[in-house]
Amino acid sequence: MDHKGTKLIHKYLRHDKKFPHVWCPGCGNGIVLGALIRAIDKLGLKKDDVVMVSGIGCSGRMPVYVDFNTLHTTHGRALTFATGIKLVRPHLHVMVVMGDGDATAIGGNHFIHAARRNIDLTAIIVNNQIYGMTGGQHSPTTPYGCKATTAMYGHIEHAFSISELAVTAGASFVARGSVYHAQMLDGMLEKAILKKGFSVVEVMSNCHVQFGRRNQMGDPVTMMKRLKDHAVRIEKAKTMEPGELEGKFTIGILADVDKPVYTEEYEKIREGAKR
Amino acid sequence: MSKKKSANRYFLQGNEAVVEGALTAGCTFFAGYPITPASEISEILSERLPQVGGTFIQMEDEIASMGAIIGASLAGAKSMTATSGPGFSLMQENLGFACIAEVPCVIVNVMRGGPSTGLPTNPAQGDVMQARWGTHGDHPIVVLATSTVQDSFELTIKAFNFAEKYRTPVVLLSDEVVAHTRETVELPPREEIHIIDRIAPSMPPEWYIPFEDNSRGVPPMAAFGDGYRYHVTGLVHDVRGFPTQRPDEIEAFMKRLFRKITQGFNEIQMTKDFMIDDAKVAVIAYGSVARSAKRAVLDARDRGVKAGLLQLVTLFPFPRMKVEEVLRQCRAVLVPELNMGQISREVSRVNQGKCQVRKLNRLDGGLITPEQIMYELLKI
Ligand SMILES: Cc1ncc(C[n+]2csc(CCOP(=O)(O)OP(=O)(O)O)c2C)c(N)n1
Ligand code: SF4
Ligand SMILES: [Mg+2]
Repeated sequence: MDHKGTKLIHKYLRHDKKFPHVWCPGCGNGIVLGALIRAIDKLGLKKDDVVMVSGIGCSGRMPVYVDFNTLHTTHGRALTFATGIKLVRPHLHVMVVMGDGDATAIGGNHFIHAARRNIDLTAIIVNNQIYGMTGGQHSPTTPYGCKATTAMYGHIEHAFSISELAVTAGASFVARGSVYHAQMLDGMLEKAILKKGFSVVEVMSNCHVQFGRRNQMGDPVTMMKRLKDHAVRIEKAKTMEPGELEGKFTIGILADVDKPVYTEEYEKIREGAKR
Repeated sequence: MSKKKSANRYFLQGNEAVVEGALTAGCTFFAGYPITPASEISEILSERLPQVGGTFIQMEDEIASMGAIIGASLAGAKSMTATSGPGFSLMQENLGFACIAEVPCVIVNVMRGGPSTGLPTNPAQGDVMQARWGTHGDHPIVVLATSTVQDSFELTIKAFNFAEKYRTPVVLLSDEVVAHTRETVELPPREEIHIIDRIAPSMPPEWYIPFEDNSRGVPPMAAFGDGYRYHVTGLVHDVRGFPTQRPDEIEAFMKRLFRKITQGFNEIQMTKDFMIDDAKVAVIAYGSVARSAKRAVLDARDRGVKAGLLQLVTLFPFPRMKVEEVLRQCRAVLVPELNMGQISREVSRVNQGKCQVRKLNRLDGGLITPEQIMYELLKI
């Protein structure tokens, strides 16, 4: 990151927080946080109007470092807390950071229902395909055949596609990016924040410590290169044969639709009920 | 509210009275998931809350409901959920979050027979200890028990007042009988009702230390969006709200959590007594059982037994001072409950051998009748 970028993050870091942070050197979580900060800064959101909510996991530690209204909830439940906040103060920009396990295992039910309700939240899911914080157990996005501390003989379950799940469940905006494609991520997050309705940004990330190491994927840099090599732009994927996409993932915007937003609909109910 | 009888008198169900109490207390947010025998609370609030500019939402389950009311409270609303045993179990993890993060909120548990799906349409008092110890970890909590429709109105207001004053979740235990019984209640005019709101910070944001101790042990609470940007977490935290591993900070925090409730003990411990002054034997009861106990005391007196009733309105923190007085005065006490003895054990615990503590338990889905209680009083 250049000098200018470093300064930018300082504008948003909490100076009274006792650093160092909890993440392993080389972890993708920092890149996601950086992108989120750049998006918020670019959009010129007031710090007082930003609420950052998270679940439990390595990714869940994100809010503690930044100078917004921040809430570190329980494992899988971040979206439910965020729902309460957004309904009471709809003008706040509520961003919800979750891990893959957080959002789609223990929190899977909340995830599909927040999408279905189309409540105006920005969900950011750091998909490192593993339970990072608890020591490398398999998650709903761990690929078939991979090793995890609870899949020592190779994983026999099949992975979710988080973004496709979000589209099907009714999210207004869905994008998938990666920590390698940081600039692209900035743009996706901006769009997601601006979007009225439930928006999801799934970020493919590296956990070299708990996932890469056990699956011979090398150091953080090698894992980043892997993300680069395995990512296929959605537009390009459309021109490819299904077989060619084996083991790859698509990046880009999967859904961007306009439909009634929960808070606005509810306001109409209030207006009607008061009469 | 249509069932108006005269000036301030209404003919209401217990569940309806909870709604009136909540709205009077200033509740503007409710999240819940349908369950018998609590569903009426959701149904009525879904209609009433938008009329007063508030918000009702039916969530995907009780875990989500509990999360949503915590979020709403952090955004500045007085919030509530209502459920029964199975849903209350699902709420327990996030209830612990409300304890540690000191988020005011009210949880109404209309008890039915359990465990599991149990007896969905029968009264029971099996969740007393779940209310006290249902969430994990050491924590203080306030638990109230309603026994009449009038109580349901008044205690819902109390529950909000305690929640706001002490920054704590408050559990209101009702049961199937209280919830569905219709009785005449008196709802006093609003200006006569004491409503407590949480204390907001008066200092500028840069001076705000969100979890700093003070003489009451209850820090002022800023709402998200009010300009006081701070961190809220379920991890044990320092005075600024940031996670800590320092033993001195952990101890100071945990002790304050308990102390704030202990300091309020005199106000929080609520009981009602009936013919207790000269009693030689007493019934200690709560919830719908206290109704039968009142009748039983009168009937026992008719038969020459100097009986009295101590009704526990607050179950936790256990009103031990009031109970101790009765234990000192009486030769025997009877604790009738619709469980195997969850409160009688608390009574025995504070008894220290001074008095005979007898139990009367019923688990067949029926109510404990006045006759059952009177018969036991005559025996002791
Ligand atoms: C109810 C509950 N169950 C289990 C845990 C333990 N736990 C903490 S984080 C975590 C998984 C984290 O994985 P993920 O959500 O993918 O986040 P990451 O650490 O990979 O960012 C688990 C199982 C918990 N905190 N709460
Ligand atoms: S364990 Fe993995 S996800 Fe967690 S901080 Fe380390 S590298 Fe990142
Ligand atoms: Mg993960």
